[in-house]
Amino acid sequence: MHFVYDSTFPGLLTVVFTSYAEKWKPDQITPKKRYCPGLFSAPYEVHTDEIKAKRVAKKLQCINPSFLQLLYRVFLSEDRLREMLIYRLIQLALTKPESVKGDFRNPDLLRAKELNKQIGREVHRMHAFVRFQHTKDDLWFAAIAPDFDVMPLIGEHFEKRYADQQWLIYDTTRRYGLHYDLEKTRFVELDIEKTAYPEKLTPAQLHAEEDSYQDLWRTYFQSVNITARNNLKLHLRHLPRRYWRFLTEK
Amino acid sequence: MKERIKEKLQILSDAAKYDVSCASSGSNRKNNNKGLGNASGMGICHSYTQDGRCVSLLKILLTNHCIFDCAYCVSRKSNEVKRAAFTVQEVVDLTINFYRRNYIEGLFLSSGIFKDADFTMERLVRIAKDLRTLHRFNGYIHLKAIPGASEDVLHEAGLYADRLSVNLEIPSEKSLKKIAPEKNYKEVYSPMNFLKGRIAGYKEEKKHLKSAPLFSPGGQSTQIVVGATPERDYHILQLSASLYRDQQLKRVYYSGYIPVSNDNRLPAISKPPLMREHRLYQADWLMRFYGFEAHEIVEQEQPDLDLHLDPKVGWALRHPEVFPVNVQTAPYEAILRVPGIGLKSARMIVQSRKFGVLRSAHLKKMGLVWKRARYFICGIDRELKAKDWKPEILRHHLIAQSVQHGAGQLSLF
Repeated sequence: MHFVYDSTFPGLLTVVFTSYAEKWKPDQITPKKRYCPGLFSAPYEVHTDEIKAKRVAKKLQCINPSFLQLLYRVFLSEDRLREMLIYRLIQLALTKPESVKGDFRNPDLLRAKELNKQIGREVHRMHAFVRFQHTKDDLWFAAIAPDFDVMPLIGEHFEKRYADQQWLIYDTTRRYGLHYDLEKTRFVELDIEKTAYPEKLTPAQLHAEEDSYQDLWRTYFQSVNITARNNLKLHLRHLPRRYWRFLTEK
Repeated sequence: MKERIKEKLQILSDAAKYDVSCASSGSNRKNNNKGLGNASGMGICHSYTQDGRCVSLLKILLTNHCIFDCAYCVSRKSNEVKRAAFTVQEVVDLTINFYRRNYIEGLFLSSGIFKDADFTMERLVRIAKDLRTLHRFNGYIHLKAIPGASEDVLHEAGLYADRLSVNLEIPSEKSLKKIAPEKNYKEVYSPMNFLKGRIAGYKEEKKHLKSAPLFSPGGQSTQIVVGATPERDYHILQLSASLYRDQQLKRVYYSGYIPVSNDNRLPAISKPPLMREHRLYQADWLMRFYGFEAHEIVEQEQPDLDLHLDPKVGWALRHPEVFPVNVQTAPYEAILRVPGIGLKSARMIVQSRKFGVLRSAHLKKMGLVWKRARYFICGIDRELKAKDWKPEILRHHLIAQSVQHGAGQLSLF
């Protein structure tokens, strides 16, 4: 059976529910927006059902509390094979609940761990490489373009850390952001062409002091380098070029 | 106004950069007062300089005016450099404004000694106190504990800082006296020991009383300069082992000596001993995470680390009787000692073998360095064990391998 779903995580869990309820074994699960109609296939479109998704989630949580989180992170990797991988992992959890705790001889579990590690690295990079710019209207704005869709995983860190300033982090490739208004964080969509927040803000949008602090930061960054120890290879490994355009100091 | 601050920042960060401690880890200070910042436990490196070192904290001196004349230090009295001093408010402003932009994890504040130890230490504490109390700043603060400062002031420092450090700098007292005539070991060890007692005391109190204040929750660290004086690696590792054991330090940093002067009390070297420094860090890791004792890593008869080989491989080659290790049955501690197997892969091996036999195909995917580990393990499908490899031959083989793959490059920091 070929399933098509709305490319949300609850949507995928609904697919899993449906396949178990109807005893339809999936051989492909495709997000709707990526589906190209084939000549011989008639896919089954699953409509996201929060209740069904919750039942699957609850069951998985009972088996192993951290396992559901792992699946969610695999989902956020946007890996092209993620749907079937997640399906097989759920199958594994239901048939051999013990093994999901640590049988890394299983290639699916190993792959999940690998993706999870990559996601973790990207989350950590975003914690590090976000650069807020202070705007005139007292908002702290940062643009990012992470390798994976990590926005849902980074909000908590920034909410705890910057509890007393309003901030907005915007993903320029996935075109949505996370906004904190001193009370709550919520996801926001902006039409970036029409609104005033491109990757780097124009001087007119910036707070009067912003420019000089950026300048001070660049000064600091330059002067802490020890030329006698230069090691460009190592520098690039830690700070890959694709992140540079968002970094004040580069 | 800003131009003046820019110049100060240039001078005082340049003077502070030879202190290699960069960690922002070990503390878990929470942002409970809806203030600014928290400490993230594992630490975050916000950027990396061209030398590949991490930038985590705003690392500056309060001033580089100094009454001492230590030959290894750029800020020594007799060195002709531009001098500057920040005001308390300037340091506070820079810290807060860099922090709000997510440039840094916090502040690393040190200073040259002006007037006397207490006077200097009080200024450092004042800045930390202002940040914590006036500005509700919960980010990371690392303060330098100035040797000779009174216990009262050190105590106060611990109440505001996440980590404190007193630098040993020179790995033996004899050498220290030669190049830093005003200094001695007692003045360094006594604040270290005092802080050790307080840190342990407050930690104990915290167990019973949730509301007990934090006292330098990230512990304390120190730095040893390598290559400026004649001490061998054997001596240095024995020294660090004693610092970890007796002073309960969280970290010992090794700083390959970079000629910062043409002071004739110090050797003239053309390049900093970066490879030696790298090997010392590897050895340090072996002591802290891999269960090695200092005397296993370097023996007295051969008192320097092999620059061509990672010290773990060096140990393995000196102990062929321990290998090959059977990955199916050996205890975790033995697996951890196999070259090419790290903490994570050791854990995965021990976890996965409960479910069945491990094959080489499984191992290769678990993130261990197969081309190194294969010579030291057995019990898998293909018997690749080292029986045909005499240590001397294997040594050449492994060195050739690492040169081929550019592993001669420094990569740890």
